[in-house]
Amino acid sequence: MTSTDQHIATDLISILEGVSDPEIPVLSIMDMGVVRTAQYDGDIVLVEITPTYSGCPAMDVIGDDIITAFAEKNIEAKVSLVLSPAWTTDWITERGRKALEDYGIAAPLGEEADKQVLLGDKRLVKCTNCGSTNTKMVSQFGSTACKALFKCEACQEPFDYFKCLK
Amino acid sequence: MSTIESSSRMKTNTTDISEVLIQYIYGIADNALILGQRLSELCGHGPNLETDIAGTNIALDLLGQTRGYYQYAAQLKGGDTTEDDIAYLRTEREYKNVLLVEQPNKHFGYVIARQFLYDMFHVMLLEKLQNSQDPTLAAIAKKGIKEVRYHQRFSSDWIKRLGDGTPESHEKIQEAINTLWTYTDELFHMTEADKKAVDMGVGVDASALKGEYYTRVRELLDASTLEVPEMKWFQKGGKQGIHTEHMGYLLADLQYMQRTYPGMKW
Ligand SMILES: [Zn+2]
Repeated sequence: MTSTDQHIATDLISILEGVSDPEIPVLSIMDMGVVRTAQYDGDIVLVEITPTYSGCPAMDVIGDDIITAFAEKNIEAKVSLVLSPAWTTDWITERGRKALEDYGIAAPLGEEADKQVLLGDKRLVKCTNCGSTNTKMVSQFGSTACKALFKCEACQEPFDYFKCLK
Repeated sequence: MSTIESSSRMKTNTTDISEVLIQYIYGIADNALILGQRLSELCGHGPNLETDIAGTNIALDLLGQTRGYYQYAAQLKGGDTTEDDIAYLRTEREYKNVLLVEQPNKHFGYVIARQFLYDMFHVMLLEKLQNSQDPTLAAIAKKGIKEVRYHQRFSSDWIKRLGDGTPESHEKIQEAINTLWTYTDELFHMTEADKKAVDMGVGVDASALKGEYYTRVRELLDASTLEVPEMKWFQKGGKQGIHTEHMGYLLADLQYMQRTYPGMKW
């Protein structure tokens, strides 16, 4: 995990890993990097999560799912939202990137490459279906704010690309 | 006696500071709310699937940013005030958005021109607001700037495509730019709250962004084979709560549920 300032009590990790992102169910919220802290405060657990995008509608659901996951272990949890430091796609773990690709969403490129693709006409994003990089952007915005819509010119399949956010 | 006096003076001071901050926040957040509302009118009505999705995604980003600002304003107001009260239960005069963002969608050219003229300003504003001495405003700006750069990319792209497209698309986008141009100057007007917020080190001096804004806008219009309107007289008033005739209809739509079913929750 490359993210800084992340404070999660070791015995809580497995519970949090059991909570998935409601919009990308193959990804746990831990792999997504949205959990910033999870610490005991007496009998209860305080969890801080950070949104991927300001308007991300999944955040309320994630909050509820965390509370439910802890409740199943008879632990009371309180969830709050923090904005700073702002989430970046760098916080998606290696396992998370792999899960995204397997699910059919191309993982974010580095910042420079991402710019060359989205602003220029560089073909660098790998098709999640056939692996070709002969792909082009159809729309800057895909099914959610964090994704762009791509099309593969080799196999003709459309797919989502998770945009680099830095 | 002297202790009471100084503590009561301090209290007035804190109230003043909160009030300035609240007004300053409205000045930024109301733009995001109203523009977001306009864009969400397109949901299911975009000219094609991709632009429909883009419009609603941008609306979602803007509404998300609005929530951050209003939650903070509600906290400053204290008492039972919630973000929803601020979003839904103010009167027209209490909304401090610029006139530009409330202008109707008319046709796709207007949607793009309005978005472009605001995005260019929005990016510059948030770039500066990131350095605010108010940690909450700085955090919202740092988060928002990443999103707004994508918005700007989207609207700039479409300005080029329409401007340098067919004769019809060129004519329509030029018409929209010409009509909306009169609302651009207001972006740089400084209200009393703006000036105080700048003095306090929390606000951005928007008037200082004007030169750079018009340079950047001009460059893109040139590149899109579009003409830069010549204009000496500009419309203003939104920042004082004096809105165009479109605002009442917009608010009727926006506030309908809360006014009809007070306290309603999803
Ligand atoms: Zn392919």
